[in-house]
Amino acid sequence: MPDKVQEKRTAWRSGKRGIQKAVLFVIVLLFASSFALPIVLTMTNSFMKEEEVVMDYGNVYGTYEEAAGGYVSKEVNLKFIPDKVSLRQYETVLLLSPEYLLKFWNSVILSVPIVAFQIVVSLGAAYSFTRFRSRRREGVFFLYTLLMMMPFQVSLVPNYLVAARLGILNTYWAIILPGIFSTFSTFLLTKFMRRIPVSVIEAARLDGAGEWSIFTKICVPLCKNAMVSVAMLLFIDYWNMVEQPLIMLSDKEAYPLSVYLSTINTGEISLAFAVAVLYMIPTILVILYGEDYLVDGISCYGGIR
Amino acid sequence: MKKRMEKSSFLAGSFAGVLIFYILPFGYLIYYSFVDRPVGGSFAGWNNYIELLHNQAFLTALKNTILFAAVSVPLAVTLSLVMAVVLEKNIPGRSLFRTIFLSPLMVPSASVMLVWQVLFYYNGTINRFFLKLGHGKIDFMNSGYGLLVVLLIFLWKNLGYYMIIYMAALNEVPRELLEAATIDGGSDAQKFWYIKLPYLSPSILFVCLMAIIGSFKIFKEVYLLAGAHPSASLYLLQHFMNNTFLAFDYQKLATAAVLLSIGLTIVVTALLWLEGRLGRDLEG
Repeated sequence: MPDKVQEKRTAWRSGKRGIQKAVLFVIVLLFASSFALPIVLTMTNSFMKEEEVVMDYGNVYGTYEEAAGGYVSKEVNLKFIPDKVSLRQYETVLLLSPEYLLKFWNSVILSVPIVAFQIVVSLGAAYSFTRFRSRRREGVFFLYTLLMMMPFQVSLVPNYLVAARLGILNTYWAIILPGIFSTFSTFLLTKFMRRIPVSVIEAARLDGAGEWSIFTKICVPLCKNAMVSVAMLLFIDYWNMVEQPLIMLSDKEAYPLSVYLSTINTGEISLAFAVAVLYMIPTILVILYGEDYLVDGISCYGGIR
Repeated sequence: MKKRMEKSSFLAGSFAGVLIFYILPFGYLIYYSFVDRPVGGSFAGWNNYIELLHNQAFLTALKNTILFAAVSVPLAVTLSLVMAVVLEKNIPGRSLFRTIFLSPLMVPSASVMLVWQVLFYYNGTINRFFLKLGHGKIDFMNSGYGLLVVLLIFLWKNLGYYMIIYMAALNEVPRELLEAATIDGGSDAQKFWYIKLPYLSPSILFVCLMAIIGSFKIFKEVYLLAGAHPSASLYLLQHFMNNTFLAFDYQKLATAAVLLSIGLTIVVTALLWLEGRLGRDLEG
């Protein structure tokens, strides 16, 4: 008899749980949709005809009205699906106006070296912070942590002065060199390396391995996932940069795509969506291929220290 | 001796660069903050500091920056934790949701800015919707609502990343402990408060750190959204510093940078101290 009551109770509870779960699912679904919305809208709107973009959104950017010969709707029409699907924006961006591809290329040669070399430099530093822990090194690590926290504007004047002194102002080096020595990846990689069991390293040392071979043969391979995840975070950060080029470069031709897009609301919005999509393609590819690495790498740095 | 050389060689490259590009020039900043002119100036004592603390633009910027961090950081830390806990339950399509929540992080801010502008500008979609409801238009970008819009963008962009940090930490909570608690009749809430939360505490602090950095980085979005001279409610410390830089007012900028560094040092030290304490609690 009591068994049956128990059974009923669990059945009822699981039913209630089922409803709870369904409600939860719907909430998550709605929440997730709102997350995806801006990205989806950007993508679908990139298939609009140029005139349609101006017509629908011209009014948002009041200044545009006179510049455009075409009709500008009084009201803004945010559309999921263009009235007429066309590849015109892409045609103009990719085939007719090479300056966009040039700016895309600027973004590539600015961000890729920073990511690659920052990882290399940081791996060494992280190894040092992991293996040779002393009071002094902990102090240096604290300094690195602080530097990581500083907004770009704090190091603006220092970076600018150093660049001027080195004579690299108005060249990409003025952005790339400070970027390489930014301490963000050192912090994350150190946190990861410190989780490698000491016994693994000790065993290698007892087998006669020197520091260099412990570093290259044990620590770096074990850090592969963390490296990929940190590299992804860095890439998106530098791919996205706006402030540095504005300060360090005076030649507008040399600006990366991000800076160009930031001025678009005063210029040609008719192409903006296609350029925006072009600009997000690399980062979307990065997340599609690397999401598991990212998640895996993140799971390896727990606390702050 | 050789051993010492070998030991320091790993840090040498990184430290040399950090020294040249960040630490030594920081000396310049401190110097500038105590002289009256950048070139050939003489010692000005605390004058620059006193002047800055009476500068209306600086105070507005400071207030906005602190206000934004004070609201956005706790909100991000808790909301992302809720998301992680919810996604941890076996919801169908879990990995797809994870990808969706993570995607804003990977999309360049400048790319989706168009959509934010279309939504929130004065003639934008949301105001059009308000008009339909019989509600007046709100000038989001030029009123107190500006920070709210920025907060929304901040959460949209970062919640997924913080959520993943929590999900990773939740994965490391020992299963035996949770099973034991289930057998003892512990409820989900009890399991969360007494078992999971203590294990999560280092991650919570880590997310705090990341969210503080994120709350500074939001300047990029504000800049993209409202330009170099936004309305007073959106005027952040970074605007102040950028603009003083462009006006070659190095003393003012240097003084602000030094003050900001001191503030951040205090915050980071407090977080590290807190972590040390929590770490001890977990072991004891």
